[in-house]
Amino acid sequence: MDNTVATEHPHTHETAVHAEHAHVSLPQHRHHFETVEQQREAGSFGMWLFLLTEIMFFGGLFFAYLLYRNWYYDAFFTASNQLSVPLGAVNTVFLITSGFFMALAVWAAEVRKKDTLVWTLILTTVFGCAFLGIKYVEYHEKWEKHHIPGAHFDISEFVNPAAHGIKEKPLAPDMAERTQVFFFLYFAMTGMHALHMIIGVGLLFWLIWRARRGDFSAGYVAPIENFGLYWHFVDIVWLFLFPLLYLINRHPLH
Amino acid sequence: MSSTATIVSLPDQATARLPKRSYLNNEQGLLSWLLTGDHKRIAILYLISITFFFFIGGAFAGLIRLELLTPQPDLVAADTYNKFFTMHGIIMVFLFLVPSVPATIGNFLIPIMVGAKDLAFPKINLLSWYLYVVGGIMVLAALVLGGVDTGWTFTTPLSTHYLNTHVITAALAIFVAGFSSIFTGLNFIVTIHRMRCPGMTWFRLPLFVWSNYAASLLMVLGTPVLAITLVLVLLERVFGIGVFDPTKGGDPLLFQHLFWFYSHPAVYIMILPGMGVISETISTFSRKRVFGYTAVAFSSVAIALFGFFVWAHHMFIMGVSNYSALVFSLLTMLVAVPSAIKVFNWAFTLQKGSITFETPMLYSFGFLGLFTIGGLTGVFLGSLGMDIHLTETYFIVAHFHFVMVGGMLMAFLAGVHFWWPKMTGRMYPESLSKLAAVTTFIGFILTFMPQFILGYLGMPRRYHAYPPEYQVLNVLSTAGATVLGVGYMLPLLYLGWSLKYGAIAGDNPWQATGLEWQIQSPPLTENFIETPIMDHEAYDYEWLEQKKKNEVTTVG
Amino acid sequence: MGISPVLWQFLVKWLHSSALFPAEASTIAPYTDALYFFLISISLIGLVFVTILILYFSLRYRRDKNPVATQVEGSTILEATWTIIPLALFLVVFVWGGLLYFRIYDPPPNAMNIYVVGKQWMWKAEHPGGQHEINALHVPIGQPVQLTMISQDVFHSFSIPDFRVKREVIPGRYSTVWFQATDPGTYHIFCTQYCGTLHSGMIGEVTAMTPADYKKWLDQSNSGMSLAQNGERLFASMGCNACHSGNAAARGPNLAGVYGSKLTLTDGSQVLVNDAYLRDAILNPSQHVTAGFAPIMPTYQGQISEDGLIDLVEYIKQLQSNYRIQQTFVTAGSNQASPTTPAVGTNQDSVKP
Repeated sequence: MDNTVATEHPHTHETAVHAEHAHVSLPQHRHHFETVEQQREAGSFGMWLFLLTEIMFFGGLFFAYLLYRNWYYDAFFTASNQLSVPLGAVNTVFLITSGFFMALAVWAAEVRKKDTLVWTLILTTVFGCAFLGIKYVEYHEKWEKHHIPGAHFDISEFVNPAAHGIKEKPLAPDMAERTQVFFFLYFAMTGMHALHMIIGVGLLFWLIWRARRGDFSAGYVAPIENFGLYWHFVDIVWLFLFPLLYLINRHPLH
Repeated sequence: MSSTATIVSLPDQATARLPKRSYLNNEQGLLSWLLTGDHKRIAILYLISITFFFFIGGAFAGLIRLELLTPQPDLVAADTYNKFFTMHGIIMVFLFLVPSVPATIGNFLIPIMVGAKDLAFPKINLLSWYLYVVGGIMVLAALVLGGVDTGWTFTTPLSTHYLNTHVITAALAIFVAGFSSIFTGLNFIVTIHRMRCPGMTWFRLPLFVWSNYAASLLMVLGTPVLAITLVLVLLERVFGIGVFDPTKGGDPLLFQHLFWFYSHPAVYIMILPGMGVISETISTFSRKRVFGYTAVAFSSVAIALFGFFVWAHHMFIMGVSNYSALVFSLLTMLVAVPSAIKVFNWAFTLQKGSITFETPMLYSFGFLGLFTIGGLTGVFLGSLGMDIHLTETYFIVAHFHFVMVGGMLMAFLAGVHFWWPKMTGRMYPESLSKLAAVTTFIGFILTFMPQFILGYLGMPRRYHAYPPEYQVLNVLSTAGATVLGVGYMLPLLYLGWSLKYGAIAGDNPWQATGLEWQIQSPPLTENFIETPIMDHEAYDYEWLEQKKKNEVTTVG
Repeated sequence: MGISPVLWQFLVKWLHSSALFPAEASTIAPYTDALYFFLISISLIGLVFVTILILYFSLRYRRDKNPVATQVEGSTILEATWTIIPLALFLVVFVWGGLLYFRIYDPPPNAMNIYVVGKQWMWKAEHPGGQHEINALHVPIGQPVQLTMISQDVFHSFSIPDFRVKREVIPGRYSTVWFQATDPGTYHIFCTQYCGTLHSGMIGEVTAMTPADYKKWLDQSNSGMSLAQNGERLFASMGCNACHSGNAAARGPNLAGVYGSKLTLTDGSQVLVNDAYLRDAILNPSQHVTAGFAPIMPTYQGQISEDGLIDLVEYIKQLQSNYRIQQTFVTAGSNQASPTTPAVGTNQDSVKP
């Protein structure tokens, strides 16, 4: 039985393809794709789509944030003042730097410089881990001050800031209770973000190992490119989180 | 109607054999199935799993109807009953309806229909199935450990603070299964965009592909919101945070908005692929191109788009402002129009066609009638003042069962019966399958029509016991459910039988157009020996005629 | 309506007596039923039309009669027709439904108020005169009744099918629904939002009685203090009158006459003082500070039940004006302050904060 719809190629599949497309044939070419180009484009498209789902995922949290910041503005900006802007800013710089090295890594893969690829990937990881380290420090501080939402949440700093040496307007007790909502969103959003970074760092270790073997410096760059997209996305999420959580109502001349 | 009129064209059974090499026997052994990347094998794996869960969900339905035979709560305890309808809902929605057509028929056919050798990401496809299985096992775990009784809608604060059943397990299960759905949708979108064979323009695609594409958009954009909503419910339950708790400053309505933002598009995820099947069957059994191809294609996308903007019609009586209620009601009316367009286009496909009444066509007729009723009752519910009386009653139950079961499940069965010969190489006994189709139709109407009346009378949903004056209608409904159950068991029997004893189907038993019918049954693992080139429109019966004329059927 | 009222009554009574149709026991029920019959009619017509089309085409063009199909691409005219006609019908339904919705959810200004508290798994109805009912509601016919409802725990939904009204009963905020009963009798009350184990047990009966009977019932079941009297007691026992004493130099604003008025808050915004505002101000005072006062009011969240809050709200409502007890507000449509009735011998302006 005939298995084709119409056939205009007198040659076999392989030679026809080679004759028509001047391209490199890679060992990683998966054969359900006609060409390596198609494979690369599909992979890239797939990653963009996945990032779109991530936007929708974080979107729910951003929506909750929007609602509650609107309702409990006083609690939100008082609680936000508890977050350390210097640490947050350093983290932002770390992430941007990490992103910069990731972009360099993509370039290095494209121009097939294996050593550059490896050390840029390593630096990406280093700055990513530095970010996570500072996040740990911040979380630990919240733990010590009993600002983790739940049974042990302590509102005394908000009700009576003077007694804790904080220059802040005191909040009424019911509004002070609402700071828990802020901290919940803080932990949920930065925690979800940190989870994505941890996954990213894990993937980076795997990519570094493969890069050292030379997997990505012979023309097959899709994993590096697509991971780069993911890493930059995680970076961008932080760029939204930082002002929304840390910089509510901060005056530069405060 | 002459019963000999049929387009079925099987090869001579005396000499016909299944093809020597196909995706079924290409590799042997359990591992070759469990670690496969072949979209067709994955589709079969899905088919087996969702059938399994369907019957579990169906068993719960049977138990519910059994309890509702009498007005008193006399069969099971109240908590147990609550677990019945919760498990029925969770299993049927998340483990059956959402993956039904896309993950089985879609997975099998979309690469073939676009002329590709596989989906874009075969490993992710397999991952998708494993995530589904893990989600399913977790649901079973919740069941075995004692069940969950939140209702499939997980309404807070009931689910977060007032129940001590296995809410966490169930919520995590759905979270995992949700990613299965997201990855399937992602795979489809990339495949359809990037892997169409030469000549396969968007408007030469079969309408089944368009419908699944629209559903995939919904899967990809909507499901993540459900995921984060479930995460929030879990965090609130585990850590006692007050996201949705008014005593801690939270808002229970926030949960409703987040939940329905996914769950409304979810119903379109559930129906659109079924609509795609109907386009294929009606075309084939009328020997005609679908009337208004472009309109049907665009209406699929329109339903997907509008479907994102109507979620609050599930919340009309919950205290949303009157003006926002107006907006959502208006949008709900708008989203009803593309479905109406499709029904008329399908009806007019029949005009000037050459119609036969094989089983897939019977299921398709059933779909047309029942989906029309279900869809129209949706308009009842979208009308604000009417919704006040009808919401949260059996009218809603009847409405969604009409569209989901009378609509989607019928379409799924139509699809299974239509593509069964392609997937297995075997034909099933026609008389039994027709009996099953008719039984299902009759059983369905008997089960769910009385529920419209019950709804208008005011009988609430999720009620274990009810006032005695509602009994007669409930008994009718349960009687129908028995018939319906028989109707659903039959395919299991004769389709299973056909695997060993069914007639050999050959490539194109229905004489259909479409790339899948031009290759062997069952297909090769790589689908096509050479990349096809699409040089004709979809549903081109004239092209098919030409091809048959030019075909060499004998040797020597 | 185009149908003769006699035919209409006959139709409805026949349907009801056959247990297939609920009674029409409120003023709004005929309106709901009219829309329902219209919807059924257009649905039936649509369904019959589609069925006839399909049946006719299936028979006329079956393979025996028409062995060769004629390929037809489509028809823009037909597409336009079956887009526009359904759309037009659906829009009619939309407008009609919207109007009905506003009718059902916007109470008339002279409705009498009854409070309903839903909790797992019972309904508590509280009449202003202090009559308490569990899973029951006695109402007079011929008088608009507004239910101000709140849940003590999870979502419930208060439904009286024979009146065609239903509203979600939500924890944390009041929701309202109104009706006017027309026929004496008993009718079902259901909870229609799944709320846990005994959801199907959260049912009751509303008894509609003639005004005379209703008054008798009120007198008979008066078991002590009215809600407002209870509220007055709470107002003292919870220490509210320490700051809201009504003196000029008091730390809290005078609450006499505040209900129904427009209040300016410290941030400059204006709010209409209704039930929801009062309840919220007691629970979250820091967001409801009247202009000119310091934000020193403590919160009573967790210290007072929904019943207690209702008592306090009722008390505050009737401070300085009997007229206001009878008032209900257009809930969503207007944020205008209600008109005041100057009480004999009192200058309203001097006591407004």
